[in-house]
Amino acid sequence: MAAVSNLKNMVTVLGLTCLLCSAVLGGAYALTKDPIDAAAKAKTDKAVGAVLPAFDETSYESVEADGKSYNYYKAVKGGETVGYAVESTVVGFGGPLSLMVGVTPAGVVYNTSVLSHSETPGLGAKCNTDAKFMAQWEGFDPSAKILSVKKDGGDVDAITASTITSRAYTEAVKNAVNAVKKLEEKDHE
Amino acid sequence: MSKNLKLITEGLVKNNPTFVLLLGMCPTLATTTSAINGLSMGLATLFVLVLSNMAISLIAPVVPDKVHIPVYIVVIATFVTLLQLLMQAYTPGMYETLGLFIPLIVVNCIVLGRAEAFANKHGVLESACDGLGVGLGFTCSLTVLGLVREILGSGSAFGFNFIGGNDGMLAFVMAPGAFLCLGYLMVLFNKFFKKD
Repeated sequence: MAAVSNLKNMVTVLGLTCLLCSAVLGGAYALTKDPIDAAAKAKTDKAVGAVLPAFDETSYESVEADGKSYNYYKAVKGGETVGYAVESTVVGFGGPLSLMVGVTPAGVVYNTSVLSHSETPGLGAKCNTDAKFMAQWEGFDPSAKILSVKKDGGDVDAITASTITSRAYTEAVKNAVNAVKKLEEKDHE
Repeated sequence: MSKNLKLITEGLVKNNPTFVLLLGMCPTLATTTSAINGLSMGLATLFVLVLSNMAISLIAPVVPDKVHIPVYIVVIATFVTLLQLLMQAYTPGMYETLGLFIPLIVVNCIVLGRAEAFANKHGVLESACDGLGVGLGFTCSLTVLGLVREILGSGSAFGFNFIGGNDGMLAFVMAPGAFLCLGYLMVLFNKFFKKD
């Protein structure tokens, strides 16, 4: 019952199938583009809102620090900068670990949130769910405490059995704090 | 009608893709770290399976033999990409969890297997029922496997934690536990359902 496999038939069928499929996908892409953008924006807005004190508006900029470029959201309330939400990515145990780190202009960590990670489920993946680990970042002051895990002589409580992830997390926060320091220096020049 | 019903139940038990046919092992082992993940992966595959079965049963008569595999793959890939776009737009949370495994549905041998073995020889309605049956079979297997691994590995069921704390047997959340659970579930399944 299948059509004869001559060149004309094969080219026509394969060509038409591809044409039809790309038309369907093109249409679907156009229809879902706005919701996808909205979902991505809602996600970043939520992350920014979670790591910074209340603000009126944000602006998206980037800064060079330690030879790396960091993108950040500068949060302004009543004309005054209340904090920076820095996107900070390091290499974790299973791949890139991306954090949103909220830092006040004074250099104190306001809060942190995980944007994406590929850590081991049940171990390093707890950096996103372990309440005790996450709570210690709230108000962490790098000038009063040492920003490295306890095993390395610092003040950060690591997640049990996930020292590498905890180290990476700490490094990401440290990078973000340094980036903000750089920003503040630039502002005062 | 009873014939179509039979097709659906066959997919659940006699042709169960996970425990009997042993197809689609990659997503089975990788995504079943929790019951919810298994369930959503199963439903995603079900969606693609029903639609691709229907589309392929429609176009099969005009497709020349020598190009049937590329044509089927293009059709399946279209439905998978469609699903990916829809999930990204309307269920971004679930899309993030399943991430990598959604595009991999294209090469899931269950989907191409059903297209080759069933859909290109049968009508639209029968093919839809077959897709539904096999898809449901896959969904149930993945949910059960995910549930067992979640109970043993994280001490919770469908995200509801019943041991208070995070102290499950971690091995079951990781790859070795996946193989162990799959093996034992297969033994149980074949003990109760296989008639020779």
